[in-house]
Amino acid sequence: MTTAASPTEVERPETGEVVRPDLPWITVVWNDPVNLMSYVTYVFCEYFGYAKSQAETLMLQVHHDGKAVVANGSREEMERDVQAMHGYGLWATLQKADA
Amino acid sequence: MTSGFVRGRQGRVQGEFAALEADLIRHLVSQVVELVSDDAPHAGRPGAGASEDPLAGLLDFDGPVDSPDDPVLARLLPDAYRDDDEAAGEFRRFTERSMRDQKAGNGRAVVSSLTGAGLPAVGEDVGDAVVELELGPADVQAWLRCLTDVRLALAIRLGVEEGDEDYWDALPDDSPQAYLRDVYDWLGFVQETLVAAAWRS
Repeated sequence: MTTAASPTEVERPETGEVVRPDLPWITVVWNDPVNLMSYVTYVFCEYFGYAKSQAETLMLQVHHDGKAVVANGSREEMERDVQAMHGYGLWATLQKADA
Repeated sequence: MTSGFVRGRQGRVQGEFAALEADLIRHLVSQVVELVSDDAPHAGRPGAGASEDPLAGLLDFDGPVDSPDDPVLARLLPDAYRDDDEAAGEFRRFTERSMRDQKAGNGRAVVSSLTGAGLPAVGEDVGDAVVELELGPADVQAWLRCLTDVRLALAIRLGVEEGDEDYWDALPDDSPQAYLRDVYDWLGFVQETLVAAAWRS
């Protein structure tokens, strides 16, 4: 990810635990060199309804680790989420939680 | 030069652009619209055209299964499954055409907001007009997504990578690549201001 013009200072919240362990499919968002950190955070808040601090944690995870699990649920739900991420221009895939 | 977008009255998002800037945005957006609208494949499998399967044609679920050859399209319409070609193909068959429509629609909304704010028609002298945009929530979404798509397209064509600033800084100022890279950075700036203005709108 990248920043433009005036990078926003981001404080690191304590935890990024947002997924329920009992659900079998996950949506993964992958890092790319184009999308703005602010925009990725915005998308996570807007679409998933995460609090800003939680969305920032996930965004930083994507940025530093190359990917982050942003949602879990049924396969159909994850396909919907992945499609929505593609609509926003984020690079997302779904897979089985244990894959 | 534009200072990008700000939050205006009643939560609306405002931005002022020189006509030349607005014209440049329209030009780039139109190219992406053309790209996603062009050569959208219709047959799901070779030899399985809609004429042979009227039901599939009726339901309009007979989209392409293969990832597009064009690297920009492949990034705008990525595989939904990394390690499962069959599932990725099925997902694409059901979703790619609507995703293309959605992206083209965003682009058309951006162009129409620019024209509606006073940008002269393509081919007319844009002069030194100022384009004053005031975007409602739907247009803000279209702009955010469309600027993303345009930046992705430019980045793929230019080969932008993480942490490659030194390479771009070393290019001579008059190289076409350096110009496009400046445009790419400028669009990033515009989008950054739009994201800031869009929060809580």
